[in-house]
Amino acid sequence: MEIPQLLVHDKKDNVGVVVVEGLKAGTDMLGVVTADNSTFRLTAAADIPIGYKVALKSLEPGDTAIKYGEDIGKIVAPIAKGAHVHTYNLKTKRW
Amino acid sequence: MAQNMKLSGWRRQNGRIGVRNHVVMLPLDDLSNAVCEAVANNIKGTLALPHAYGRLQFGADLDLFFRTLIGTGSNPNVAAVIVVGIEPHWTGRVVDGIAKTGKPVTGFWIEQNGDINTIAAASRKAKEYVQWASELPREACDISDLWISTKCGESDTTTGLASCPTIGNMYDKLIPQGIYGIFGETSEITGGEHIAKARAATPEVAEKWYAMWKAYQDEVIEAHKTDDLSDSQPTKGNIEGGLTTIEEKALGNLEKIGRTCRYIDALEPAEAPAKGPGLYYMDTSSAAAECVTLMAAAGYVVHTFPTGQGNVIGNPILPVIKISGNPRTVRTMSEHIDLDVSGILRREMTIDQAGDALIAMIARTANGRLTAAEALGHREFVMTKLYRSA
Repeated sequence: MEIPQLLVHDKKDNVGVVVVEGLKAGTDMLGVVTADNSTFRLTAAADIPIGYKVALKSLEPGDTAIKYGEDIGKIVAPIAKGAHVHTYNLKTKRW
Repeated sequence: MAQNMKLSGWRRQNGRIGVRNHVVMLPLDDLSNAVCEAVANNIKGTLALPHAYGRLQFGADLDLFFRTLIGTGSNPNVAAVIVVGIEPHWTGRVVDGIAKTGKPVTGFWIEQNGDINTIAAASRKAKEYVQWASELPREACDISDLWISTKCGESDTTTGLASCPTIGNMYDKLIPQGIYGIFGETSEITGGEHIAKARAATPEVAEKWYAMWKAYQDEVIEAHKTDDLSDSQPTKGNIEGGLTTIEEKALGNLEKIGRTCRYIDALEPAEAPAKGPGLYYMDTSSAAAECVTLMAAAGYVVHTFPTGQGNVIGNPILPVIKISGNPRTVRTMSEHIDLDVSGILRREMTIDQAGDALIAMIARTANGRLTAAEALGHREFVMTKLYRSA
């Protein structure tokens, strides 16, 4: 099987995780949803380090980021599909 | 798989199986570290556990202090203990607590003796203990004799995908075989508390667990926070590894408790489990050394530790097995990693296969293989402090 660049925990998720080193912008990524082994393709909108998150669809401020099928926080800046999701555009809803 | 493994350990006087055979020099207080370290230098094969506390503590904090010291000395990975304190009374309290296990334990105190006479007397006793312990035979035991703890550290997004579900798979397989398991990290379940609460074996245990979680939120975090805790929880290392929020970190953390097992009690810090075999929860810090020290004090004999970015922690008496699914960490910090499960990310290894590989590594560790942390000399013994001393 082709090695995926992107893993997603759950069908409901709107973010996934880059699982290879040195991913370059423009890469046509193979994504796998680990819950059911279904696959999809997504183009990386930026160079993204291993372990960092990618938006699976465009996200707007006020949206909820979903990972593991669960709420992991609020989007605080617009994020394009395939772009990087981290501390500058996603914040905790706790504390 | 697990049924065919040949395991051996030391069966202690109270029937528990240990997988290490330490003779411990246990200081009652910070003042007594120097004597313990001098004896450990004199007598080869002894192990000093220096720490920072033991003076003017009171109330629940003092209770936790004694529970931690007595529990550490009582751990089945310890064959015999010498306790050294500044004065005889609290020294004797720790000696008496450890003596309930039936193992050899002697106390020495420094007031009216001085360091040098205390070192001489304790060294003679330590030599006797270490030579006695060195002739204790291993005997055959079963996987169900093991108490196996877990706590992750320097987590990243790969831990929730690979190393934490590997622990969960191990628990789903071994809890039904009769082991004791345990997880903790109270603050680090924030965002997944609905999942953790639902995994309690009974409504009573769920409410007991929830009260512990809520108390930490209200009495510690809300009382003391100055921001959203970003950089502390999640840590700078977590964020470097791609984790953004506490909710995301918590959901990855909870992958460690698998899919089917349920916890049967929620324990105070360093409290020994008392409801028989099964999975337990302990109210602990999420800081690695504090949490693992408390689990060792509760009697656990092998620790499984998923890491993403490469937490290097060990414990003096509890072998800490490091599991990582991050290929960069496995490559750049290979000397710290006991089990590489990065094949899960490449879809070359299933969680089920990773769980079996972990069980095999637990068996090898129980049978004497030094973990990476043991070989590298990581002996982080860090007690949990509830509030300032008087």
